[in-house]
Amino acid sequence: MMSKNDGEIRFGNPAELHGTKVQIPYLTTEKNSFKRMDDEDKQETQSPTMSPLASPPSSPPHYQRVPLSHGYSKLRSSAEQMHPAPYEARQPLVQPEGSSSGGPGTKPLRHQASLIRSFSVERELQDNSSYPDEPWRITEEQREYYVNQFRSLQPDPSSFISGSVAKNFFTKSKLSIPELSYIWELSDADCDGALTLPEFCAAFHLIVARKNGYPLPEGLPPTLQPEYLQAAFPKPKWDCQLFDSYSESLPANQQPRDLNRMEKTSVKDMADLPVPTQDVTSDDKQALKSTINEALSKDVSEDPATKSGLLPPPPALPPRPCPSQSEQVSEAELLPQLSRAPSQAVESSPAKKDVPYSQPPSKPIRRKFRPENQATENQEPSTAASGPASAATMKPHPTVQKQSSKQKKAIQTAIRKNKEANAVLARLNSELQQQLKEVHQERIALENQLEQLRPVTVL
Amino acid sequence: MAVCIAVIAKENYPLYIRSTPTENELKFHYMVHTSLDVVDEKISAMGKALVDQRELYLGLLYPTEDYKVYGYVTNSKVKFVMVVDSSNTALRDNEIRSMFRKLHNSYTDVMCNPFYNPGDRIQSRWALLPVSASSPGGPYFLCPIQSRWALLLCPIQSRAFDNMVTSMMIQVC
Repeated sequence: MMSKNDGEIRFGNPAELHGTKVQIPYLTTEKNSFKRMDDEDKQETQSPTMSPLASPPSSPPHYQRVPLSHGYSKLRSSAEQMHPAPYEARQPLVQPEGSSSGGPGTKPLRHQASLIRSFSVERELQDNSSYPDEPWRITEEQREYYVNQFRSLQPDPSSFISGSVAKNFFTKSKLSIPELSYIWELSDADCDGALTLPEFCAAFHLIVARKNGYPLPEGLPPTLQPEYLQAAFPKPKWDCQLFDSYSESLPANQQPRDLNRMEKTSVKDMADLPVPTQDVTSDDKQALKSTINEALSKDVSEDPATKSGLLPPPPALPPRPCPSQSEQVSEAELLPQLSRAPSQAVESSPAKKDVPYSQPPSKPIRRKFRPENQATENQEPSTAASGPASAATMKPHPTVQKQSSKQKKAIQTAIRKNKEANAVLARLNSELQQQLKEVHQERIALENQLEQLRPVTVL
Repeated sequence: MAVCIAVIAKENYPLYIRSTPTENELKFHYMVHTSLDVVDEKISAMGKALVDQRELYLGLLYPTEDYKVYGYVTNSKVKFVMVVDSSNTALRDNEIRSMFRKLHNSYTDVMCNPFYNPGDRIQSRWALLPVSASSPGGPYFLCPIQSRWALLLCPIQSRAFDNMVTSMMIQVC
């Protein structure tokens, strides 16, 4: 069911996004919807403590489980995700799948009035306003992901990451240097040139948000302050499983799964993050991307617990390997689209060599798509790989074929170049060998002379 | 209440210049440029042996009819130049010192940012506007040495630094 909703929502989102996009010059519409999902994924009721966006400070319509024609409602309600700007009547979430929300469900009730108000305020601004502080709240999964990334850079979680290490890491996000420097300025609260774990999480989260199209705030949001983060997440779950799954996912195993998931999403944004492997597997990635685009964004399928919160559009966060990820069963609708995925998935598999960094970006997407393929942790890696893929194209097949032929050509040229290089090196080798022989001979001659002269000197 | 604040790199090119927008920017650029000679003079006067003892605050560099120019040099030869209005007689030396100290702290924070390459321009959205409005070429700074417009590359955005400078222009810190 969830996946269904996701799909529907996905379709609906772009439309919505366009309407709401006005204010914020997001990179892509997908990003917006993506962003929205992000907000939605945030679990608790977000009281709009600080709205980075100039939007009505109403409680985010998270719990707005509006049974939209776009099908937002289902998904959102279950996931407790607020759905931004539901076109249809803003009906209180509660009822629809509200029950599934469980705990969160209660919250919607509380906010319903405010939600309705907020909705009625302006649809346009909803995008911005609905998640006043949503984008700046880190979900549990996101936090785990950040923590794992921190661990990969610095094994000791209580220590800090030096500036240069962090710089290299964040540069992979492909954001511009001024933006990165500004993010650093925001997140490095003590201005010591190093990032502790909460600072790192805040910086990473800001980067993710920025990649999803959120404008950077003027000041560090309260939910990203180091004290808040330390208090909110008392003990990072150094989940070995997660970490291992991440590392496993790296090797492109999950591609088939991820591909299916990715099909529908617009990979553009995702592509940005998984930079490292791009040059190598660009073609593969493109294939992945296309598949992703085609496949419905399973973002819907994101189960409430995981709340990666990123909708179909290229999820900024990589689909975390969530053991808890529930298999989204509602793929039925997506199946037709997915059917293509398997073929593409195969293609994309080679592209995997994604670096951990790329994983995060695709996280949200992966999650959503998960239901389709296989609910296993490894999905992320594949998604990550797909993320980097080129902008999603709606026709995966032709692009895929082109990709493969391009890849072959690339491989052939690479082979030729290698052969040439080999020849050159062999020649060089032979020349050097000759020089070595000559030098040996000289040495022998000199030693002979020395022998001859020695008796003289002895005398 | 500084009227103009400038950060000059070791090689005597400006990293950051900001003046109150209502004034003629070029005049302040020129004043800062000419004050560099005085700064160099004061630095060299200390002598190499006294480098460690050299005080960072240079004091009043030279007074003009309307303005007074104060200088401050860091240990890495980065110079801060501040131009204040002469009519503001209530401004005391201690206050100037504290303003420079804060400026120095903000500058160190900028340096701590790993994305900042030492020698890059410190950019601020607001600082660019007055400069570009008065100068022909947009975000260019008058290069003091060659006397022509030179584009400073790879600026870094630092809002904290900028905010600090803004606060100095509004009030005495």
